[in-house]
Parts: sequence; structure tokens; C-alpha cells
Amino acid sequence: MWVAILLTAAGCYLLKLLGLSVPQSVLAHPAVRRIADLLPVALLAALVGTQTFGDGASLSVDARLAGLVAGVVALLLRASFLVVVAVAAVSAAVLRLLAG
Amino acid sequence: MTEARRTIVRDAVAVGVATGAYGISFGAIAVTSGLSVLQACALSLLVFTGASQFAFVGVVAAGGAPVSGAATALMLGSRNTLYGLRLGSLLDLRGARRNAAAQLVIDESTAMAINRDNAADARLGFFATGLAVFALWNLATLGGALAGQALGDPRAFGLDAAVAAAFVALMWPQLRDARSRTTALAAAVLAVALVPLVPAGVPVLAAALVAVLGGLRAAR
Repeated sequence: MWVAILLTAAGCYLLKLLGLSVPQSVLAHPAVRRIADLLPVALLAALVGTQTFGDGASLSVDARLAGLVAGVVALLLRASFLVVVAVAAVSAAVLRLLAG
Repeated sequence: MTEARRTIVRDAVAVGVATGAYGISFGAIAVTSGLSVLQACALSLLVFTGASQFAFVGVVAAGGAPVSGAATALMLGSRNTLYGLRLGSLLDLRGARRNAAAQLVIDESTAMAINRDNAADARLGFFATGLAVFALWNLATLGGALAGQALGDPRAFGLDAAVAAAFVALMWPQLRDARSRTTALAAAVLAVALVPLVPAGVPVLAAALVAVLGGLRAAR
């Protein structure tokens, strides 16, 4: 078990360092630069999608979506970051409480 | 410290609390899966990337060999490499500082760095968030490993919806740009569509293809 843990730790750290260490000359190419710019948005949006609808290997629509929609409404009303996060959490929690 | 920078630190702490709370689940699940408290804490300190850690204990809990848990964890950890491609130029760090910063490259610290309009704010967003999540994630792991499920499920407090909404809020300024908006929407749709078809973690990695296509298409 310890061997696997240390292997995972070393591997995950090197993966993080690898991305930060790619020379800027490689990233200077316009197409590569645009791809690198779009990567975080694509991955984070995908993460939001799977966090909202994913349920193991299946999809489900539940209080998470309601919380997210409430958060987006707060964003459209120009609420601050803390308010957006709190609105999403409270909406989902209250809905779950009501659904019992 | 200016008002804007205070706001960044305050938001970073909020992100740390919302995501750090999942460390309780991680600690509890790790111990239930047969890891010792020390092993659970070592994963949070040394691996420090939530999706990989959950995958590792998930494989072990399902009776898989620890080494196949490690392989799954590494596959999931590769998304941090892709974040680094953007963060490298944004943070512009060298030597020992870069090597230390690498451990903090995760979803949350990336999201808090990419939406800033200058390098100093991007660095502050990255380090404040990375350190806040690191501290709370590790404390929560220890608490969860010792107390088990007794500390409660973060979902009961709506923290799953809060984390998703936090990512949307952090991407919000970028989504004013039409190409970013199209990319984000296509990436989310692709990832959700893939959830029933491929192993956990792959849908998010597959969404990187959307960024590649978006970047190439604009080149023409």
C-alpha cells in the first residue's frame, strides 16, 4: 500500500510540475497559446457539468442543478462571489431538506 | 493591501472552506476502504489532488490492487498538467518557487488565477487559494479519518452545488468572450454525455479536445 501511495504522490507531483515547466518558447506559437488559454475553461466547465449531473456512471437531475441555477441567477444579478456560493449551497440544502 | 486584493484573499478562503470540507469525506472513505489514518493523511499531503485521491481509495475499496489505484490516480492527475500550460505564463515563476508552486496546481487554484487581469493578482489568487485549500483539505482529512462519517456528509449542506457554482462564478469574466463561452458549453455537454460511457475522470479529460479544436479553428 505504501509503495502505491508514494508512487501516486511522486507521479501526481511530476504531472503538475511538467505543465508549469513547458518552455515559454513552445507556448509562443499562436495556436498553442490559444489552446493553452482555452484549456482551463474547457476542463473546469466539464468539471461543473459532471459535478452537476454525474451520479457514478449514470446521470441524474437533482438538487445540485437547482443550486447551480440559483447560483447563476445570483451571478446575473451581479452578486459577489461569496453570495453566489452561499445562494447555491443554501438552495440545494433546503431543497434536499424539503425532499426529506 | 488594497480592497481588490483583500477580496481575492476572502474569496480564496471561501473556496478553501467549500472544497476543504470534502476532505472529511475523503478521510472517512479512505479509512473505510482499509487505509490507516496515516496513509489517508499521506495521500492528502503528498498527492493533494482530490479526484486522484478519491479514485485511488475507490479502486482499493473495490478490491483492486493498490498499483491499479495508483494508475487511475495518475490518469486523473494529468489534468493538472494541462492547467500548468496556462499557469506557467500567467504566474511566471522560476526555480524553487516554481517547484513549490507545482504542488498547489489544482482545479481551485487554477480557477482563481485565470480570471485576473494582471500577474500580481493571478499569483495572489493562485497561492491564497492553493494554500487555503491545502490547509483545510489536510485538516479535514485528519478529522474525517479519525471521526469517520460522524462529521456528516458535505452534500447535506449543499456544498456539491456550492463548488460547481464557485467554478462558474470564477469562469464568469472569461465567459464574456464568445470563443470561451462556446468552448465551455461544448466541453460541458461532451463531458456530461460521456459520463455513462467511459470510466470516471475520462469525461473531463476528453473535454480538453474541445479546447484543442477551438484553438486550432481560430487559427484559420
